[in-house]
Amino acid sequence: MASATAPALKHTAQDGAAEAIHVENLHKKFGELHVLKGVSLSARDGEVIAIIGGSGSGKSTLLRCINCLENPTSGIIRVNGEEIKLKADSHGHTIPADRRQIERIRSKLGMVFQNFNLWSHMTLIENVIEVPVHVLGVKRDEAIAQAEKLLARVGLAEKRDVYPAYLSGGQQQRAAIARALAINPRVMLFDEPTSALDPELVGEVLKVIGDLAREGRTMVLVTHEMKFAREVATHVVYLYNGLVEEEGPPEQIFGAPKSERLKQFIRNIG
Amino acid sequence: MVWSRPVHPSLLLAENSSSPGASHSGAKLIDALLPASAAGIIELLSPVPPGWGGTLLLGLLHSIEIAVGATCLGLLIGTCGAYGKLYGGPVVRDLLAVYTTVVRAVPELVLILLLYYAGTDLINQLLTAMGYQRIDISGLVAGIAVLGFVQGAYSTEVIRGAILAIPQGQIEAARAYGMSPGLLLRRITLPAMLPFAIPGLANLWLIATKDTALLAVVGFFELALATRQAAGVTKAYFTFYVAAGALYLMLSLFSNLILGRVEAWSRRGMPSVKEAR
Repeated sequence: MASATAPALKHTAQDGAAEAIHVENLHKKFGELHVLKGVSLSARDGEVIAIIGGSGSGKSTLLRCINCLENPTSGIIRVNGEEIKLKADSHGHTIPADRRQIERIRSKLGMVFQNFNLWSHMTLIENVIEVPVHVLGVKRDEAIAQAEKLLARVGLAEKRDVYPAYLSGGQQQRAAIARALAINPRVMLFDEPTSALDPELVGEVLKVIGDLAREGRTMVLVTHEMKFAREVATHVVYLYNGLVEEEGPPEQIFGAPKSERLKQFIRNIG
Repeated sequence: MVWSRPVHPSLLLAENSSSPGASHSGAKLIDALLPASAAGIIELLSPVPPGWGGTLLLGLLHSIEIAVGATCLGLLIGTCGAYGKLYGGPVVRDLLAVYTTVVRAVPELVLILLLYYAGTDLINQLLTAMGYQRIDISGLVAGIAVLGFVQGAYSTEVIRGAILAIPQGQIEAARAYGMSPGLLLRRITLPAMLPFAIPGLANLWLIATKDTALLAVVGFFELALATRQAAGVTKAYFTFYVAAGALYLMLSLFSNLILGRVEAWSRRGMPSVKEAR
């Protein structure tokens, strides 16, 4: 499929900006199951890439391969221009060749999960300062000052000493976004950030993500919220069955889809 | 929380070694229950000689030393063992499976006799083979090593289960933010597994306090052996064994108090289960 190996993305606004994430011909197999069949993706600084697609299309796997939470079977991943070194282990699985490189790259990518995954034995402020203090080596009082600003920004200033289990899903997800922002990430990765939320809590989380998009943060966003993707994304990638079926600016993807499958997908969702 | 156990082997040995006549112990029982002999009991249990209270307390202290040492060693082995079983290669997993299976299958008394006598003999044979002097392994070190080895096998399974109970997303989040394996263990895995491990580990601690009595069979001076000596010399069996039982009970009650606090602390991020009823 021609679009699967499409080279650089055409973006008027971001032309010339440095490439923060570059994925080329990525394959991922889980045993016999071939989830990604040669996907390419690029995110330049300031771009918001929305990955959409039906369930089982491989969109979450693609996102999780970017920071090697899933090890790709083959392909090239560059973050910040640095290519992730991969090697084959004794079972023939591909694994990162250099643990420290992976840890360094991961600490530049702020990941937000579907199920929040806040650390349950830490209060919100402890969750937010954990990575700056213990991974990045920021001084504790500096990290706390920064974390307080971030919690205030997501509207959780007064919840700083509360444990995650005592908060609503929307509050937990906003705290998780503050945790991701605390590492001052080069790129934010969102893995279906509103899929586990009650409908009335989705709005507060989307508002926070939308604000980040508007201030020019580089983001890769896997989402089911088509309306939201259309609003904030600069580029939309439609995955079908492990391949990029169609991609382009949101007006084109949602306004004038070319592929039959995408047309049907949008009809079903909308 | 106190586990019921069959009659202790060392206590049986004590009975056999100085088999008192039935009428004799019967008389003692009556003696012990008579208020008139209350003064005699206090004298017997007095911490200063000729009372035997000091001996008993010294035995209790040794028991606590062994239990604390063995539990610490057991936790260390258990943490490494659980990690090895969950994340190790096939060889590590097989070796650990053999360790936990064998240790949990063989009675502790047999293991203690085996490891204590065979273990010290093996070390000395190795030393002489390498041209060193034979050494005397202190009862304390040997006791901690042997009971710690046994505790380690049980702890491995308790901690493994507790790690499996952590919502795996929390571990994934730590990896996603670039934590190294050591940092992940220290900052996330251990504190997050603690609330699930505490009930099982508390059981193991209480078992350890009482397993110290097994070391009496290899002649280590702890509470059970101290009691046997005191009772054997004075023939006041009832008094001393009840006193020893009371000391074990007090140790358990005090432990429960501490463990309750530790558990409450480890569950600090978790809402009370009553709210979910």
